[in-house]
Amino acid sequence: MTKKIFACCLMLASALFTGPAVAEDLMPDALVRHVTDEVLAIVRSDQAIQSGDARKALTLVDEKVLPHFNFRRMTMLAVGKDWRTATPEQQGRLTDAFRTLLIRTYSNALTQYRNQTIDVKPLRASPDDKQVKVKTEVSQVGAQPIGIDYSLEKTDRGWKVFDVIVAGVSLVTNYRGSFGDEIHAKGVDGLIASIEAKNKSLEAEQGGR
Amino acid sequence: MKRPHSETVMTVKIIGFVKTSGPILAAAALLAGCANTPPEDPFEHYNRAMFSFNEKLDAVVAKPVAKAYVAVTPSPVRAWVGNFFGNLNDPWVGLNNLLQGKPADALSDMMRFLVNSTMGIGGLLDIATEARLPKHDEDFGQTLGVWGFHGGPYVMLPFLGPRTLRDALALPLDATFDDSWRFVSDIAVRNTLTALQLASERARLLGFERTLDEATLDKYRYSRDFYLQQRQFKIHDGNPPLEYEDFDLDDDSRTETPGETP
Repeated sequence: MTKKIFACCLMLASALFTGPAVAEDLMPDALVRHVTDEVLAIVRSDQAIQSGDARKALTLVDEKVLPHFNFRRMTMLAVGKDWRTATPEQQGRLTDAFRTLLIRTYSNALTQYRNQTIDVKPLRASPDDKQVKVKTEVSQVGAQPIGIDYSLEKTDRGWKVFDVIVAGVSLVTNYRGSFGDEIHAKGVDGLIASIEAKNKSLEAEQGGR
Repeated sequence: MKRPHSETVMTVKIIGFVKTSGPILAAAALLAGCANTPPEDPFEHYNRAMFSFNEKLDAVVAKPVAKAYVAVTPSPVRAWVGNFFGNLNDPWVGLNNLLQGKPADALSDMMRFLVNSTMGIGGLLDIATEARLPKHDEDFGQTLGVWGFHGGPYVMLPFLGPRTLRDALALPLDATFDDSWRFVSDIAVRNTLTALQLASERARLLGFERTLDEATLDKYRYSRDFYLQQRQFKIHDGNPPLEYEDFDLDDDSRTETPGETP
């Protein structure tokens, strides 16, 4: 046990001091492995998160996961062709609202984490690929493993995730139907208002806990 | 095969429902073509009502049962239970692989069944997966898809959840052979297995429904799109490539296909 705690501290310390600089230079599969290992190590050792402390999970996601995502592109893919009809200002607000929604739900999902293991598959891509898909397999006791894949793009600030694909379905483009419905009924501002209202109710729920 | 009517009444009823209402639904699908509904979901109104009925039922029956199951069983036991039911479904998976023209996969499924049933102590241990014979996910609905039958309208079945019409029509066969333990003649054993399977399957999804609640503006719509896309993915065995459009450009013909890990 002491050994485990020590290893954890060591991991945390090394992540604190070398994390950001290293993460930028990592290959996409190494980056995904680095981030999932890091986050799971923290969740496994954190009783507060495991017993549902959403705020603490939120801070963890904020620090460790968020920097590796391109939320603007995610939002664009979630909105689809109506993205073009939105003004730059609306695009910015959409991105902010959608980012908040994803972070909140993701951090809440982390509090549900029990003892799944994640296996990041080695990437086979050529060095000049600008866009890659890193495959992972999440295994749970007594169940078939679930494939969770990450699409990443190369930027000058390192590789950034812009899509998450669960069991073959893009969680991002899967929003397109319901977002499209909202936009056609209430316009882009209507969609922004709906997402913001959803975020508010989630925040209230978390505060009340 | 003897099927006294007191046992697994629900299953029989459900299959009966599908059998009798299948053609009616199909006819209604044709009639509903002119209504102002999305083509993949002409029964949206009915489906939404059934969706919320299923959700309520889940909250009072399946979810509490699954929670209790998790509370009383240590995780190795849950693994055995999951493996046990998974093993019983491998012959049906194999037969469907054969019907889909994949004899190598079919052979692998049969090997799995033999290895796990014997060395895996009646299927409690999944040693076949460790021996590089991975579990496949096939059913007769997928086979019909491979044969060229379209999914047809989305239908929310009572108790069972979403299906495409095609998969709903395949359900009597899938339900019978997926769970081949239904052929066991002892009623008590059969009912116990039914309850155990329900608990085991539902337990795996604990926590998911909350995320779905939180992440979506319209839970019904999001889960419908997810289900339909995932069926396509399964029918094509994961082969249709994902393409990403760039909506920042004026030219929507520009798409990219990302490189992949093997």
